[in-house]
Amino acid sequence: MSETPILQVKHLQKQFGTGCPHCLDKESVYVEKNYCTSCGTVHAVRDVSFDLYPGEVLGIVGESGSGKSTMLQGLYFDSDMTAGEVYINQPGLAGHNVLNLSSQQKRYIRNHVYGMVYQNPVHGLKMNFSSIGNIAEKMIAAGNRHVGSMEKRGEELLENVHIPLRRRKEEPQNFSGGMQQRVQIAKALSNNPPILFLDEVTTGLDLSVQASVLDLIKQIQRELHISMVVVSHDLAVIRMLADRSIVMLNGEIIEKGLTDQILEDPQHEYTQQLVYSLL
Amino acid sequence: MTMLEVNGLCKAFTIHHLNKTIPAVDEIQFSVHAGEFLGIIGKSGSGKSTILKSIYRTYLSNAGQIIYDSKQFGKIDLIQASEREIIFLRKNEIGYVSQFLNVMPRTTCRELVQNALLEMGETKETARIETEKALSYFEMDEGLWDSYPNTFSGGEKLRLNIAMATVKKPRLLLLDEPTASLDQQSKWKVREMIEKLKQQGTTLVGIFHDIEFMEGLCDKVFDMKSNEMSVVLEGVPHES
Repeated sequence: MSETPILQVKHLQKQFGTGCPHCLDKESVYVEKNYCTSCGTVHAVRDVSFDLYPGEVLGIVGESGSGKSTMLQGLYFDSDMTAGEVYINQPGLAGHNVLNLSSQQKRYIRNHVYGMVYQNPVHGLKMNFSSIGNIAEKMIAAGNRHVGSMEKRGEELLENVHIPLRRRKEEPQNFSGGMQQRVQIAKALSNNPPILFLDEVTTGLDLSVQASVLDLIKQIQRELHISMVVVSHDLAVIRMLADRSIVMLNGEIIEKGLTDQILEDPQHEYTQQLVYSLL
Repeated sequence: MTMLEVNGLCKAFTIHHLNKTIPAVDEIQFSVHAGEFLGIIGKSGSGKSTILKSIYRTYLSNAGQIIYDSKQFGKIDLIQASEREIIFLRKNEIGYVSQFLNVMPRTTCRELVQNALLEMGETKETARIETEKALSYFEMDEGLWDSYPNTFSGGEKLRLNIAMATVKKPRLLLLDEPTASLDQQSKWKVREMIEKLKQQGTTLVGIFHDIEFMEGLCDKVFDMKSNEMSVVLEGVPHES
């Protein structure tokens, strides 16, 4: 099948610390999990490569500390990566390693190509701005200047994520965790981004709110054909959302495949433990 | 025309914490023509489901070939095919029904069947009409159409499961004991549906523990015990 990925990640690397000759080799006795006992460097993301295809949901699972969120933050330019290449197949961007672009160009990508939903809504929302103001902020950043159209779009989005419109002017700090998460999703969708990153979006939500967030994500995928990277430590969430998944451990990809294959025929020792632990 | 050809299929499971490899199936060989129904028989634990799951790529095979004649890709080895190709085939050509229903929470019965069609690119209107047809066909009580399947009875869940798979009119349908907990009348409905699909040219590979159910329905039988395929002329050989 000759498909072009919308997002290509190649040999992504992120380390905290300078590194030393001992930890260049990841099989070295000095490296404990992803920590170098000799120089104290943490190798948070090690040689991660994957492709994301148009309209697909890619799941990323792994225990906490496995590097999932660090990787997403790197892709979203929240933090600089140590090494690696990221290519986005969009007009004007194809063929450029976006990690090397200027900060202005990166901002353009964040505002027009990417959407991000953080695990903690504090990172994605201004808690003391109105909800609709939060959404407008992203649209203004993308160059929209028409108040009427922004308001209309904002209301439409809030309605889509089931936030009652009478509360549109309220600040997210007054909202429950699930509602904050949904305002974040509305904000992330406001510019119709072709690529959406979701970091543990259902963690900490009760089952019924979790179901409505999952339903919303599925609906977005079905109707808007947005490509998504969904990070979660919850295998049940990944099973519901993703056709393909990646399993990370100690900053590395240890297994990738069809989600049902990973769950029913896990190959790696760690993935087997993970699946045996499934409730 | 050969629709599915399995050659020398081997599958073993490596269990790391036991430091052990458990063989499941060895050197499986059979082929199915378009519009035929191959029944797989054998004791429980003999590897019947392993074969179906290997075809569907839920299991990664260790050796062999599974050549499927795809509408989209032509002849394709399902063991070697890319993940994206398998996902495409699952959405558009190959169906799988088991006795378990595993679906999105808080999604109604109607939405589930509709989504299966929308996924294939059908229009909303077609999806709506076909869904209602399928649900009435499998005699799902209309009162259940807009409720959530979590609270359904075993039989209702199964019928929904079969409706979701058959509404897509797959070219190849894998049936993993889908009638296990159905009453006689519902089983009869499933049988009727299978006959209908066969007439439309769907190729089927199925496991049923109910030998009588398979009688007159299968064109061929693969016996796990002898590792052999036989052509059914009259009835189905009984398990010894």
